Amino acid sequence: MSTETLEQAIVKEPSEPLFSKRRKKFITDPLNDDNPITIQVLGICSALAVTVKMQPTLVMSIAVVFVVVFSNLIISLMRNIIPGRIRIIVQLAIVATLVTLVSEFLKAYLFDMYKVLGAFVGLIITNCIVMGRLEAFAMANKAYDSVLDGLGSGFGYAWIILTVAFFRELLGSGSVFDFPVYGTIQNLTGFAIPTNGLMVDSIGAFMVLGIIIWIQRTKNGYVEH
Amino acid sequence: MQRSNLYIIVFAAVLTIILGGLLSGTSVVLKPLQDKQVELDTKKKILGAVMDISNIKKPQEILDLYDQRVKSIVVDINGDLMEKDEKGNPLVAEKIDFQKNHKKDVQTRPYPVFMIMKEGSDEVDSYVLPMFGAGLWDWISGFVALDSDLNTVRGVAFDHKSETPGLGARITTPVVQQRYIGKKIFDEQGSLQSVSMVKGENGESLDSHHIDGMSGATLTGKGVNAMLKEYLTYYETFIEKTKEAGKKPEVEEVEEVVTEEQNI
Repeated sequence: MSTETLEQAIVKEPSEPLFSKRRKKFITDPLNDDNPITIQVLGICSALAVTVKMQPTLVMSIAVVFVVVFSNLIISLMRNIIPGRIRIIVQLAIVATLVTLVSEFLKAYLFDMYKVLGAFVGLIITNCIVMGRLEAFAMANKAYDSVLDGLGSGFGYAWIILTVAFFRELLGSGSVFDFPVYGTIQNLTGFAIPTNGLMVDSIGAFMVLGIIIWIQRTKNGYVEH
Repeated sequence: MQRSNLYIIVFAAVLTIILGGLLSGTSVVLKPLQDKQVELDTKKKILGAVMDISNIKKPQEILDLYDQRVKSIVVDINGDLMEKDEKGNPLVAEKIDFQKNHKKDVQTRPYPVFMIMKEGSDEVDSYVLPMFGAGLWDWISGFVALDSDLNTVRGVAFDHKSETPGLGARITTPVVQQRYIGKKIFDEQGSLQSVSMVKGENGESLDSHHIDGMSGATLTGKGVNAMLKEYLTYYETFIEKTKEAGKKPEVEEVEEVVTEEQNI
C-alpha cells in the first residue's frame, strides 16, 4: 500500500466539456473561497517580500503561475510512474528545474528584473503553494485538470500580491507601475500628499494583507476551525 | 503499489539525467546573452555613477556612449600601471571579474580605474573606482565616481546579490545613492576618511564624511562602509600619485594609454 493511490472518486463522464462546472471550480475556487494566500495562508513570505512595487510583483506573479502550471502538468503526467517513496524529491526536482529555467531566462532577457527578483525567483522552489498543489492535486488528477488547478492557484496568488503591491507602491512610494501618481496630483492641484515609509517596509505588507483577509472573511463568512 | 528498489534507483537516475541535461542545455544556449547583459549592466553602472543615463533606453547607445567617453586602465596597489596579469595576458579593465579579483591577495590584485573623459577632449572629467565587499547576505559591489580633484564624490552606483528587498537592497536606489554626491573622502589634513553611513535614517544633514543611513538595514550599511573604506585605502596610492601628476598639465597614466591607443 503506497500513498500514490490517493485517487479520489472523480465522476468520469464519457466526455466532459472543457469548462464544465467542476472544472470551472478549479479556477474560481482559489481566487476567492480557497485562496492560497488568504485562506490557506501559504506563500506568505514572497507575498511580503516582493510587493514593494507593482512591476517586480507582476514578474513574480507570472513566474509563479508558470511554475505552478507546468509543475502541475508534469507531475500529473508522471503521477502513475513516480515511486511513492521518493515522490516529494521528484516533485522538488521538477519544481527546482522549472524555477532555474525561469531564473536563467530572466537573466538573459530581463536583467534588471533578475537583479531585483533573483533571490525570490529562486525561492519559488520553497513556495508552499507550488508543492502544496503538487501533493494535494497533481498527484491524483489528470493532466488537464491539473493545469486548470495550477492556473487557479497561480492567479489566486497573483491577484492578492498585485493588490498588496498596488497599495504598497501607491501609499509608500506615491506611484503605480513607477508612474508618479502623487507627483501628478501635486502638479495639477498643488496639493502635496506625503508618502508613508511604513508601506515600503514588510510591515506595510502585513497590514495590507491583514486588511484584505479581514474584508474577505467578513464577506465570505469564513471561520477558522 | 510498492515499487522495487531497483525501479526507484533507475527512475531517479533517469530523471536526474533528463533534468540535468535540460538545465545545462539552457545554460549553454543562454550564456552569450547573459554575458552581454552583464557587460551592459557594468557599463551602465560605470556611466551611471557619473551621469544620468536613465533616458537612454537602447543598449547599443549605451555601449557607444561608453566607447566614446570612457578610458580604462589597470593599476596595482602601488598605483603603478599594470599591463599584464600573472600569466602574461594583457589586462583589460572591463574584463576583470571583481568577485574573483576580490579573493586574490591585496598586494597582487589588479585595480581597474575607469576614466570618464570630458566630451570631445582628453581631459579627465571623473574617475570611477570599482569596489567589492560583503553585505548582510551576500556580496555587494560598487562603482564610486570621484571628481577630477580625486576627493569629491561625484556619484556612486551600488549593486548587490541578495540584500533584503526594501531594506538593504535600497543601496541600488537613487534616493540612497544621491546621498553620497558631494561628500569628500579626504579630510582637510589630507588623510583618508572615506564616507560612511550612520545608523538610522533621520534625514539630517551630516558633515562631509557621513551620510544618512538606511532604516532597518544597518548591517548592509556597515558592509557598504567597510567596502568603501577598504577599497579607497587600496586606491589611495594611485590617488596620491595621480594628484601629484595632475599638478602638471596632464595626468601621466592617462597619456600612456592614449598614446598607446592612438599611436600619436
